[in-house]
Amino acid sequence: MLPDPPVLSVKDLRVAFGSVEAVHGLSFDIHRGETLALVGESGSGKSATALSILRLIEREGGRITGGSIRLGGEAPAEITELAPAALRAIRGDRIAMVFQEPMTSLNPVMTIGAQLGETIALHRGLRGRAARAAACAALERVRIPEPDQRLGQYPHELSGGLRQRVMIAMALICEPDVLIADEPTTALDVTTQAEILALIAGLQRDLGMAVLFITHDLGVVSEIADRVVVLKDGDLVEEGRKADLFAAPKSDYARELLAATPRLGDGSPAPLAGAETVLEVRDVVTTYGGGGFFSRRAPVTAVRGVSLTLGRGETLGLVGESGCGKSSLARTVMRLVDPASGEIDLLGTRIDSLDAAALKPHRARIQMVFQDPYAALNPRMAIRDLVTEPAYLHDMVAPAGRDAMARDLLERVGLPADAAERFPHQFSGGQRQRICIARALSVRPQIIVADEAVSALDVSNARRVTDLMARIQREEGVSFLFISHDIAVVERVSHRIAVMYKGEIVEQGETSQVLHAPRHAYTRRLLAAVPRADIAPTAGPQVPGGNNALEGRRVPVVTPL
Amino acid sequence: MASLADPILRRRKSRKGQGADFIQKIAMVLAVLLVGAAIFAPLLTPFDPLQQSLLARLRPPLGFERYAAGHIAGTDELGRDVLSRSLYGLRLTLALAFAGAVIGLVIGGLLGLVAGLRRGWAEDVIMSLVDMQIAIPFTLVALLVLALMGSSLTVLIFVLGIAGWEQYARIVRGEVRRIAAQPYLEAARTAGAGPFYTAWRHVLPNLVSPLVVQFTLALSNIVILESTLSFLGLGVQPPQPSLGSMVGLGRDYMPTAPWIVLTPAALIVALTFTVQILGDWLRDRADVRLRER
Repeated sequence: MLPDPPVLSVKDLRVAFGSVEAVHGLSFDIHRGETLALVGESGSGKSATALSILRLIEREGGRITGGSIRLGGEAPAEITELAPAALRAIRGDRIAMVFQEPMTSLNPVMTIGAQLGETIALHRGLRGRAARAAACAALERVRIPEPDQRLGQYPHELSGGLRQRVMIAMALICEPDVLIADEPTTALDVTTQAEILALIAGLQRDLGMAVLFITHDLGVVSEIADRVVVLKDGDLVEEGRKADLFAAPKSDYARELLAATPRLGDGSPAPLAGAETVLEVRDVVTTYGGGGFFSRRAPVTAVRGVSLTLGRGETLGLVGESGCGKSSLARTVMRLVDPASGEIDLLGTRIDSLDAAALKPHRARIQMVFQDPYAALNPRMAIRDLVTEPAYLHDMVAPAGRDAMARDLLERVGLPADAAERFPHQFSGGQRQRICIARALSVRPQIIVADEAVSALDVSNARRVTDLMARIQREEGVSFLFISHDIAVVERVSHRIAVMYKGEIVEQGETSQVLHAPRHAYTRRLLAAVPRADIAPTAGPQVPGGNNALEGRRVPVVTPL
Repeated sequence: MASLADPILRRRKSRKGQGADFIQKIAMVLAVLLVGAAIFAPLLTPFDPLQQSLLARLRPPLGFERYAAGHIAGTDELGRDVLSRSLYGLRLTLALAFAGAVIGLVIGGLLGLVAGLRRGWAEDVIMSLVDMQIAIPFTLVALLVLALMGSSLTVLIFVLGIAGWEQYARIVRGEVRRIAAQPYLEAARTAGAGPFYTAWRHVLPNLVSPLVVQFTLALSNIVILESTLSFLGLGVQPPQPSLGSMVGLGRDYMPTAPWIVLTPAALIVALTFTVQILGDWLRDRADVRLRER
């Protein structure tokens, strides 16, 4: 459909780590001005492919075992055969990359200006005043306010969104033919994500580069891609135009992936009528710091007078951006931090002022599942001990009975019973989150607080975990406080929703009501930023405040050449 | 995959499969030989280590000219059998080094644990002590203590013990603070775990690896410190042999009678080598993260 030759052509690419092959003969082309999305779950080989194109895979311990990667354009090159010096000349100049973590991809001890200047000096030979002007222009291009001032700042002085803009500015500074974006928005809030997606799309129109966009999120794909390549376990399972994929997926896997992707407006559980209250939070305020004798910092208030109730067998979804205080609220409810004021009523007992000894029996009634299943399990303990630890601490199981109990719990969350013998590192993220749930279930709690419990998981794993939670709720009447920044997931699981913003709950009510008729401006903004995983023929990436805000400011691009 | 992202773990894992076991086997055999020789020194040695013989002074080992029958490793400047002295010296050095390293481990480990868990003024005091110990050359302190208290074996063990405590304390405090920030400690709290259970079940197992490594380093350092002190005349008192004092005293005869130094020096090398390799082996054994999926 595009007559010109591809700017990047990958043929029968094979990548191996040690003796394990991660990519088995992958082929695709990208043309000028086109966005190709490489979609797959973790372990599908999508990052290995991206790193292979820059030949960075060798640093990660992998190697290209076969196939070709051909860079087209005015000076064609076969990347798999290039010498290191020629490779360095291409990296950053003709092919640039934006990484997932904007925090760790920038050097913390170098100013933004110095880091941008490095790339310009390497590829364009510009130094001093000229380099500074070019860096300034690059920041302007990614619409960073006050670019001149930013040049002297260090990465930690910028927000996550601004840092990702700097990364993009750095990648685009030499106007590459191909931009590889490896999950560039995964670490960001929905509203920031929408801004970055709009920025990349706009820049692509201006510069006419090809974009290889790597993501696991079909919502993001629907926002940005022209064509899609779906990967599974290192094999290409489907390739086609975005509209075709969303309208009529050809492969089973793509269908599965689409089904697992939460879509806003897919419906939510009907609200429960007259459920008995199991948890009531009244006017809770949580502050950090400021307590020490020598501490001169003013205390930071994370939760400002929050009240909510949770009924038996109900799921209350708590939505908000990172830093809005939703995790602090969860930690306060769990009594991991003490509230500065307010009351927490758990099954008829005020637990906000109990001391550690008096609190212990109540801990069995409310359990927590953490965001990061990698960090929430002690790496040196066997699964048997981890899963039964809460029950053991509450004397609900004799030491001799722990093995049987662990097997039973693991079976209930859909893991093989012999998993009890193994250790956390031997499981995948989704399996570990199941282990965390099994651990919570060991004390038969009435309430489970799930703090971003599926945020670190792939869509299909997330789907399985939320389905598991729903089953547990059906079978045992457990109530969930489900905390997430992903409003679509929250919709799928929650009877009611509370929206949190800057430490306060700005809106609360039945899920369908809040999502269909949002009353608060912040809720509306949050909803507008959610990527829709479907074919939206006219709507490009939505930016809070409207697309025009960005479209109107087309920055004149001054190329330092 | 997450564990493979850690470059150190990856290296250790890949090293595991590649014949490193051969060196570990050598180290195990050496360990058995060295400990056996130390324990059974009285049975193995052909001569009394303190027995002087003016007629058989500075005799070379077996296979050289002027070899004196029976003295396989030669004799020293007073005609004492070098092999017998070396085995007795090994015995004393091994005992001193282990006692010293264990004392350091206990003192430093406990103080580090307190500093890491309690924070506040306790941490400030302990860490200032650590800084002081690092700032002052320890040999000076050891000389002062030994000069004041007199050089008995008890004092020597004590001095060797406190020589390395600050390293343990620093490592333990750092690790404890790192572990304290891990979500699995919060998970343990929400499960109902108290501070002692948490320290014992969650913090301590994570300390094993760094402590084993530090222990092996300390053991080697103590052997060297002991030889320094003995050489200065404040360590093991003559005529009693230790590996360090033998090297120290034999140094004067290096050009003419190198064998006096060579046997104890070889034992020191074998000892530190064994300890290091076995330490690595123990650390990897203790680390469940290295097990295959």
